Amino acid sequence: MAKLDLSQKLAILSDAARYDASCASSGTTRRDSRDGKGLGSTEGSGICHAYAPDGRCISLLKILMTNFCIYDCAYCINRVSSNVQRARFSVDEVVQLTIEFYRRNYIEGLFLSSGIIQSPDKTMEDMLRIAKRLREVENFRGYIHLKSIPDAAPELIEQAGLYADRLSINVELPTDNSVKAYAPEKNPVTIRKAMGDVKSRKDVAGERSYTGKRGKRFVPAGQSTQMIVGADGSTDATILGQSTRLYGDYKLKRVYYSAFSPIPDATAKLPLIKPPLVREHRLYQADWLMRFYGFGVEEITASRTDGNLDLDIDPKLAWALQNRAQFPVDVNKAGKEMLLRIPGFGTRTVRRILSTRRHRRLRYDDLLRMGASLKKAQAFITAADWSPGGLTDSANLRARFAPPPEQLSLF
Amino acid sequence: MYTVPLPRIGTDVAWRDAAKRLIGAGVSPEDILWDFDNEMGELFATATALPPVTRRIKAPQSFVQMADWVVWHKDPQRFARLYALLWRLRHQPGLMQDRADPELAKLRHMEKGVHRCKHKMKAFVRFRDLRQGGDRRSFAAWFEPTHHTVEPTAPFFARRFADMDWMIATPDVTAQFVDGNLSFHPGQPKPDLPEDAAEALWGTYFCNIFNPARLKVSAMTSEMPKKYWKNLPEAQHIQGLIAGAEAKVQQMRDNAPTLPPERAAKIKRQLRDE
Repeated sequence: MAKLDLSQKLAILSDAARYDASCASSGTTRRDSRDGKGLGSTEGSGICHAYAPDGRCISLLKILMTNFCIYDCAYCINRVSSNVQRARFSVDEVVQLTIEFYRRNYIEGLFLSSGIIQSPDKTMEDMLRIAKRLREVENFRGYIHLKSIPDAAPELIEQAGLYADRLSINVELPTDNSVKAYAPEKNPVTIRKAMGDVKSRKDVAGERSYTGKRGKRFVPAGQSTQMIVGADGSTDATILGQSTRLYGDYKLKRVYYSAFSPIPDATAKLPLIKPPLVREHRLYQADWLMRFYGFGVEEITASRTDGNLDLDIDPKLAWALQNRAQFPVDVNKAGKEMLLRIPGFGTRTVRRILSTRRHRRLRYDDLLRMGASLKKAQAFITAADWSPGGLTDSANLRARFAPPPEQLSLF
Repeated sequence: MYTVPLPRIGTDVAWRDAAKRLIGAGVSPEDILWDFDNEMGELFATATALPPVTRRIKAPQSFVQMADWVVWHKDPQRFARLYALLWRLRHQPGLMQDRADPELAKLRHMEKGVHRCKHKMKAFVRFRDLRQGGDRRSFAAWFEPTHHTVEPTAPFFARRFADMDWMIATPDVTAQFVDGNLSFHPGQPKPDLPEDAAEALWGTYFCNIFNPARLKVSAMTSEMPKKYWKNLPEAQHIQGLIAGAEAKVQQMRDNAPTLPPERAAKIKRQLRDE
């Protein structure tokens, strides 16, 4: 095989990394390099430096260290049984790419993942060498996201957490049985144990010792995971139930949902489908409702009997249509919890309503100026000069929001 | 009638100082003409000395913060709008909490525009290596901001790229960072910057991180509007990626599953035996 040049390796190893949805660079400690001795800064909110035509943000240099892999996960482009072209970066190449891209303001930092080579420990050690070089030799103060390798020794993960802003490990599929079926070498129990270890290590780092000192910062931007949607038969209720456990038990910062998407050289075991992008979008909306709007998973998935979300309308609207007895809500009187449940009201609109309400009664136009989407909200609220009348209970309310049924054509 | 000259560099400080004096002296909004960067020309050049600071009027912190953003907006009415709100605040102390007041809503909207422009500048400035040798590396970029955002955004670049020298040239204001010192200069036409080989690698990355099975062009353009494309080296690839996406995915679907490579069986055997 001819030796690959840097550009060819970059093509292969970014192609292999694009199925990881996360590209976040937010929520870590504030750092800068004003002292002139290093490079980089992180200031709370992340920055998306570019967008690809798939609409996804490009914030980090997201690459694999190598796409050689000894595992055989059916959904994965890098599985051992695939004939995709293989490549491997040297430590130096990854470090140089990261630094040179960063200096030109292309990226916020590095998201490094890898196929499993030789053994999980060996792979994790190689990834650590890259992170260590960046932090200790290059004095790089930008963002680093490392993918932990399942089954790697806890002390390696612990070291990784000192260099990285974020660690992630993918649960891959919503149920243990699916993992067994499609990722036979991966063990859901070890994956959860690795997440548990990171959580407890992070908890300890956050506590003060008897001297009042805090321990060394450990993954300040927390951990995240990813679930593939649409490869197995799991319902949305199963997926969201799994997310609820993950957020609760391991204090994850984010669960990413990744619509199963065609890969080159697919296996016969998992036929390629059109990626279920609308479903993925509805799952993110539901995820948001659980984390920021006080909804429980049962409430969100109760609107249909098959355990899946309504694809035609968003989950908050679906819930409101099912629970019309609780509407209309008076925006001048209702509490925060109920305001958050009104379709078309976001957290920011609710905050603005609560602050303005102290001074005067709100009218329909006021809500418009506050950024509420009244097309959705008007059926569910009353304001000083607005009452929805019979609209709230009208039989065709759902039809006002759902896309029109597709016209049948003669064939 | 007061005509208040406001410089292009240091607009924020100049406006705040003038507003303090005028509001302290009880000058009403209709008696002030705000002249940004001599745009009014000679016609109104009747610079009246501003009143001295006699009385300090307290303005809510939230107003001061908002004004610090809005002064960088490109709307010629920005200074007058800010002052008019400050004028009303004297008798309506709760006004800043009224998120539905039309005048405040307009200013908040402008604030958001500047916020967005600043954010996009942090994201879309693309440096080129000037390869000048010496102790510190040296980079330069050409950028075209929507509002006057070079000055408020430059400190971000100074915090981030402190160990190198850099320049961000724009038609509005040019920022320079040399040996740790940040300075601002008048805007300029687009300079000739040397080619940078890293741009080809960045293009390779851009093309390969894109997933052709998830084409969502409007999601891209809403966050990366076309007006920025001409100064983004990666944008030259966008049309080709969109045009070829469908065929690429179809090819993935059409390819019959292949037989695993020979090494797969061996590796699997080893894994099982461990």
